Amino acid sequence: MRKVFVIILLILVGYFLTNTFSLITFGENRIGNTSEEKNVAAYYLNNTKEKTSVANVVTAIVVNYRGFDTLGEVTVLFLATTGLGSILFRRKEDEDQIERISKPSSSLVQTGSRILFPLIALLGIYVFIHGHLTPGGGFQGGAIIATGFLLMLISYKNFKAGHTMLIWVESLAGITFVTIGLWGLLTSGSFLENTLPGGELNNLISGGIIPIIYIAVGFKVAAELTGVLDILLNIKPKK
Amino acid sequence: MYNLELQNNLITTSVYGSAIALILIGLYAVLVKKNLIKIVIGLSIIDAGIHLLFVAIGYIKGFTAPIFSPGSENLANKMVDPVPQALVLTAIVIGFATTAVALSLVIRLYKHHNTARIDQIKSLKW
Repeated sequence: MRKVFVIILLILVGYFLTNTFSLITFGENRIGNTSEEKNVAAYYLNNTKEKTSVANVVTAIVVNYRGFDTLGEVTVLFLATTGLGSILFRRKEDEDQIERISKPSSSLVQTGSRILFPLIALLGIYVFIHGHLTPGGGFQGGAIIATGFLLMLISYKNFKAGHTMLIWVESLAGITFVTIGLWGLLTSGSFLENTLPGGELNNLISGGIIPIIYIAVGFKVAAELTGVLDILLNIKPKK
Repeated sequence: MYNLELQNNLITTSVYGSAIALILIGLYAVLVKKNLIKIVIGLSIIDAGIHLLFVAIGYIKGFTAPIFSPGSENLANKMVDPVPQALVLTAIVIGFATTAVALSLVIRLYKHHNTARIDQIKSLKW
């Protein structure tokens, strides 16, 4: 009986979604001529190159035009990690009973992941340092680094992601982000104002504060995701 | 037999159709499945469908990615909409955060009730 109701509901939702989106033509040019600046997309495409000298327009939107929103997003990620830690709270005296939920891996996997881990970390760092030039950025690079830590965590049973180190990296990255924002507020009257010179388009050192913020975001996301994986994998076994 | 309009219609239907199908599959999993892990997976599938829908709306036929890489510095008139892409970047991160918190709650419930099936958790009933 419940399934019938659910299927009727799904058919209704599907019908209305299909009707709505059949009105929006796929692949149609809705931006118009960018120099006329009829909408935000045209404004961003027209002004990003001159005003911020950042090659990747998505990065310019995420870090510069909507930088305050990104600060909130990073805060949400921080709150999720904190919430996870408090939900899966365990006492100090239970620490010796905690075991990682993974089967012992073969020496082939262990050696392979030991070789791969620095390369994955290098790729992640490359992705977030070049966030303003290529597709990618702080969030993507941080996620790549966290996958490297995941590989180490599941192949080595006694591999510990140092919690003190993670907390320090996370806090310093967050403080860097807020400090850059406050610096903009003090010097030019608006939070997260791009105060540094823009430099030349498509150079590694260009875009003012944007690469600095994205590097900080990269470290912060890497530390937070590693912390989440470490907490979720280290669960006290049932007695 | 080459029909451009038919081809365009087919592409539109397949892109929007797959996004809507993902949303419906996720909704079905959330509403019908009893296992809490499967419900969390369903929420993630809804997420994926919405992201696909966002990026599909921003796409413009024949245009390039919104990056002024060397060789395409003057192609501002030939770039797809960057705003939905930036919004999806935000949405993916928030989706990850909610999934992590939901999974931790599932772990807590499993430890407390020794089951991850919502129909066997009796204390939820009144």
